[in-house]
Amino acid sequence: MPHSPQPALSVGRYTYDTVDHTFLKQRVEQFRDQVRRRLSGELSEDEFKPLRLMNGLYLQLHAYMLRIAVPYGVISAPQMRTLAHIARTYDRDYGHFTTRQNIQFNWIRLEDTPAILDILADAEMHAIQTSGNCIRNVTSDQFAGAARDEVLDPRVHAEILRQWSTLHPEFTFLPRKFKIAISGSEQDRVAARFHDIGLLARMGENGRAVFEVFVGGGLGRTPVIGVSLRKDLPEEDLIAYLEAILRVYNEYGRRDNIYKARIKILVQALGRDAFLDKVNAEFAAMDRSRYHLPPELVEAIRARFGAPAFETISPDTVESVAGDIARHQMADADFAAWISANTHPHKMPGYCSVTVSCKPSGGIPGDVTSEQMDLLADLADRYSFGELRVTHIQNVVLAHVREADLFELWQSLSDAGLGTANIGMVTDIIACPGLDYCSLANARSIPIAQKLSARFASIALQREIGSLRLNISGCINACGHHHAGHIGILGVDKRGEEAFQITLGGNAGEDASIGQILGAAMSEDETVDAIARIIETYLARRTPGERFIETCRRLGTAPFKDAAYAPV
Amino acid sequence: MPLFEKGRIIEDSWQVAQDEQPLPDGDVLVPLSRLAEGLGRNDGGRLGVVLSVGDRVEDLATALPRLDLVCLTFPIFRDGRPFTQARALREHLHYKGVVRVDGHFLPDQYEFLLRCGADQVVIPEGSDPAVWQDAHTRFTIAYQPSLLDERPQGLGFRRWLSA
Ligand code: SF4
Repeated sequence: MPHSPQPALSVGRYTYDTVDHTFLKQRVEQFRDQVRRRLSGELSEDEFKPLRLMNGLYLQLHAYMLRIAVPYGVISAPQMRTLAHIARTYDRDYGHFTTRQNIQFNWIRLEDTPAILDILADAEMHAIQTSGNCIRNVTSDQFAGAARDEVLDPRVHAEILRQWSTLHPEFTFLPRKFKIAISGSEQDRVAARFHDIGLLARMGENGRAVFEVFVGGGLGRTPVIGVSLRKDLPEEDLIAYLEAILRVYNEYGRRDNIYKARIKILVQALGRDAFLDKVNAEFAAMDRSRYHLPPELVEAIRARFGAPAFETISPDTVESVAGDIARHQMADADFAAWISANTHPHKMPGYCSVTVSCKPSGGIPGDVTSEQMDLLADLADRYSFGELRVTHIQNVVLAHVREADLFELWQSLSDAGLGTANIGMVTDIIACPGLDYCSLANARSIPIAQKLSARFASIALQREIGSLRLNISGCINACGHHHAGHIGILGVDKRGEEAFQITLGGNAGEDASIGQILGAAMSEDETVDAIARIIETYLARRTPGERFIETCRRLGTAPFKDAAYAPV
Repeated sequence: MPLFEKGRIIEDSWQVAQDEQPLPDGDVLVPLSRLAEGLGRNDGGRLGVVLSVGDRVEDLATALPRLDLVCLTFPIFRDGRPFTQARALREHLHYKGVVRVDGHFLPDQYEFLLRCGADQVVIPEGSDPAVWQDAHTRFTIAYQPSLLDERPQGLGFRRWLSA
């Protein structure tokens, strides 16, 4: 059979071959058929629901929402343009990046979904397993393949996990949804301890990577920090061991109460050691050879990833570029603020990673217009090998930018309203869709996020405050990760009115902690004022160089509670 | 209700034991609680066991060589435990007899059941066997190994599904 010329591989992500395309086409056809049966009345909504959920289609308050998977958060420039096209043609000209590094469209018509899935399939994208009680989109480090501290590129393993979990025959009807995060470094940038399974890579003794496996973490109604199940899982056993964990969960996880069905409840009920015994028993009993992950297989998957063609940048050039940047910083305080907040060190000399903030002051966290998507795609082509990443903080990363291009890039971003210098600061807010879209919500998350964002809009003030994670959920399901926020806001229903509870002291990362509730819920405006007073208290009480979370831990909640509830 | 296997409706020779009734002659399916009684029978008929989702397949370990059929039961299609039960019967206990699936589940789950080691399914009265067959034949690719040991496709864990 004649071979067609190999099209170029897409940088930073697994590039489909004809088999992957065939698979996706068959699945789109299946869904087209299901939608047809639904529209003709052959299927009731009840029967259709599990089928549409398999394809990421939710029914929200006002319309269908389609959630599209962005595996490990990596997306190519052409894919981003495809999303812009979908936003323009089938939605209201914008999309929303989620905390699972996905994108969702909030105003989709059922009858358009097969066409949308077709367009996505051509761009090697889909919505499979973005909902339902199955293994969801595997998330990873937004600085994968670029960070200095990583021992392996976690995207290759995330792709292996994606493929293995895709329509897995045994694990597609689990007690509840199942979320996996993987980091290629010991530095936990993926909130591994707040996932059903979190994997952190480390260099093993024989020069081959091993994984620390956390299990049973999660937010939601019952926030739990995951426990370390194994510190030294060899790569070759990665799939077998995850099979064992999932089997134990599928067999023993509770199914009588949706709020107690996540694996964290099972791990808590059994205790870590008893859970581990069951996993080990399964691991010992299984046909291990069937699930063995040999290095050749890993390499074959890696070979489907395009690699960025980095230039060798000489130390002299690096130095002179640093001088140029310093001069720009002197001349332009906004650029200086952006450099310090929005760039991250890169493993290659002369390169750095840039986080593009999708949180302009007063804006809606994670929302991007189709025009901005097109621009991001163009900038990715020009400055970052055509590759972008969606972060679990709902921003976008251009991972491989030459330092020499930073000033130009910043100017282009600023012109498009994407130059906000607030990464990791108080207005880099995570917010769930809340009552504006979500039928489960108690309160609207977006307006309070916008008010807080406007209140702290001054970049000088934000820099003064420093590193602060503020997360907002519209109800106890905690999609906005409020438990993991240094300051968390939870929407509650107070006698039929929207109200908000504040939590304090949560944190994701190596020293994960769960926020403590400060006290009674308040109205939206009272909450905004209370948060301003909490932050003032921090500024007044911190020791030099002490970050907000550290001051919280040192002082406890009492002074902040006093400030929050101070009579006005 | 119709019994579906390998693309067609087949004859069902099995009788299900009725509560508080003596076991009938011939091929009989007993609940786990009456396994001992079934094993003690001596009329030459074959024996099968019906498991509920809460039953542990390991409890069948010693009896398994004498069983010709294990029937798994979905209380509702969302309860995915029968997938794990089927796979464990085959993979852990090396059971070679028939695995049947009964209860409430969807044609969309048929392929998954086969890949977890099931042979035959009880489908709703009046349902079109073609829909079930189609749920099996319309896909040609899977992304992970299964008990059927399908032909590797060549890249990663991909497998060719055989129709
Ligand atoms: S936290 Fe509640 S309101 Fe927000 S998206 Fe989740 S379910 Fe909806």
